[in-house]
Amino acid sequence: MAAPSAILQSEWTKIRSVRSTIWTLALAFIVTVALGAIICLVFDNTWDSLSPDDQATFDPTNTSFVGMQLGQLALIVFGVLVIASEYSTGMIRTSLAAVPQRGSFYASKVAVAGALALVVGMATSFVVFFLGQALLGSHKAQISDPGVLRAVVGAGLYMTLLVLLCVGAAAMLRSPMLGLGILMPFFFLVSPILSVIPKVKKVAQYFPDQAGQKIMQVVPGSDSNGPYGPWGGIGIMAVWVAVALLGGYLVLRQRDA
Amino acid sequence: MIELQGLTKRYGDRTAVDHLTFTVRPGVVTGFLGPNGAGKSTTMRMLLGLDAPTSGDVRIDGKHYAQLSEPLKHIGALLDAKSIHGGRTAYDHLLCIAQSNRIPTRRVGEVLETVGLSAVARKRSKGFSLGMGQRLGIAAALLGDPEILMFDEPVNGLDPEGIHWIRNLMKGLAAQGRTVFVSSHLMSEMALTAEHLIVIGRGRLLADTSMADFIEKNSRSFVRLRSPQPERLRDVLTAAGHTVVSTGDGAFEITGKDAAELGELAAQHQLVLHELSPQRASLEEAFMQLTAESVEYHAHGAVTPGASVPVPAAPAQQGWQHGGPPPTAPPPQQQPPQGGGQQWGSQWRNPGSGKGR
Repeated sequence: MAAPSAILQSEWTKIRSVRSTIWTLALAFIVTVALGAIICLVFDNTWDSLSPDDQATFDPTNTSFVGMQLGQLALIVFGVLVIASEYSTGMIRTSLAAVPQRGSFYASKVAVAGALALVVGMATSFVVFFLGQALLGSHKAQISDPGVLRAVVGAGLYMTLLVLLCVGAAAMLRSPMLGLGILMPFFFLVSPILSVIPKVKKVAQYFPDQAGQKIMQVVPGSDSNGPYGPWGGIGIMAVWVAVALLGGYLVLRQRDA
Repeated sequence: MIELQGLTKRYGDRTAVDHLTFTVRPGVVTGFLGPNGAGKSTTMRMLLGLDAPTSGDVRIDGKHYAQLSEPLKHIGALLDAKSIHGGRTAYDHLLCIAQSNRIPTRRVGEVLETVGLSAVARKRSKGFSLGMGQRLGIAAALLGDPEILMFDEPVNGLDPEGIHWIRNLMKGLAAQGRTVFVSSHLMSEMALTAEHLIVIGRGRLLADTSMADFIEKNSRSFVRLRSPQPERLRDVLTAAGHTVVSTGDGAFEITGKDAAELGELAAQHQLVLHELSPQRASLEEAFMQLTAESVEYHAHGAVTPGASVPVPAAPAQQGWQHGGPPPTAPPPQQQPPQGGGQQWGSQWRNPGSGKGR
């Protein structure tokens, strides 16, 4: 059994030595922050034209995270490529020849990708929160307001869990094309659309992204008397992640490389 | 030492590797030979624990691959050259492999030097030629300074200088007492490097023998005669009870007879000979004969008796250095086997049932 620290170090070298890592993570940060900032600026400038109802339910914290809807696509690419590129390049055979204990290999890969996603996710969420609030002027929330710190930390957690979900799904699919072809449309189109269709949204609210994003809300929306709270939502997402990671492990353990 | 015991791999109802039992010993280069699709790569992947055997067992120094702690210090393998992430530099590729097995980082520089890639160490490997990729794969195999080395088709894509280099490298490694196991579909290549030979066809073991024995047993020896009086020569030879085969260029071939005996026979009849030479058929031919039954991917139908036989061009050139000059006409063995109308060697495409997944 090779030393766990050695395998972690090896996986860290792998992840830092390909361009896609820096590009996808930088893109996720830039898109989320830039788009969040623009939306906050727009709200601040058009505040007077909002209906009193909208003004009453305005959630400054959640508003600053709106850019994540687009930024998360780059995180999906990151999560998928971390593992699926091993298969598409044939590197998986070299990797498993070096570390035949597949559980250790997989756990190290998940840990390194997760840790990196956590750092980038937290940095993104704190930066976009403070920048967004600064641009919201008098409508801003304070980090010390009730539920706000939870939402900001939760946004970072959400991004981390999303990456892990994609790692697990890609480990099951074993192909970047398949992984991106399924996950990108799902999180960008299918889930957001289904979640606003009456009846269907009763199911869609349990989708990992819909459940996980609940933690970023501070002011309950007009229609948000859902069956779970912020932590319940992230818990539901965590269950999805656990299932995906387990599925990925079983596929990796079972199948020929 | 690599030991296979009844190793079997089935994909559905297709048996890729069929009860292989053999041992690869240290100190010599062991050639692993078989036509495309014979199961060589599948066998090697099972050896590394990448594919799970359907049944049977394979052990490295008495242990299963997954039981080896830091396996690269025991066995280094070159699988296909494409087992590399092209977006990573050669240096980083080797570094991440080294780190996983706690191999000192200085080894990365050393093996890059050994394979001659130091100048491109910081280049991303997607820009590498096939030969450079092959060298990078070999560097990865050498990284842990292992006692056992395994190369799957190492000369693929290498230029003549590279081929020469890899031959010497393998011989050198074996001379140091290491176990060297190298696969090829080219008999001629094996004849130049391997001392021991394992031949498989359709996943089954066809031969497990020393190279010298294989050559002795399998290469047909014959005597080539040429005379300005061919009709008389033929009559004399036939009268003496020899089976005479005419070649296209007016010479005759007699199988299994001593050149001296035939020369004396001609002298007795006062025949002028322009040529009297003992010959050996190429090893490539012997290999084709051995595997003819078990070749999986035949070219169908196109070859009629007497037509020129498609022989793989480049390898045959090398083979003849060992087997004597090239036979000028298709030898009798290469007539298409009865019943099938099939001929080996012209369709080198492998539909990939066991590869590239």
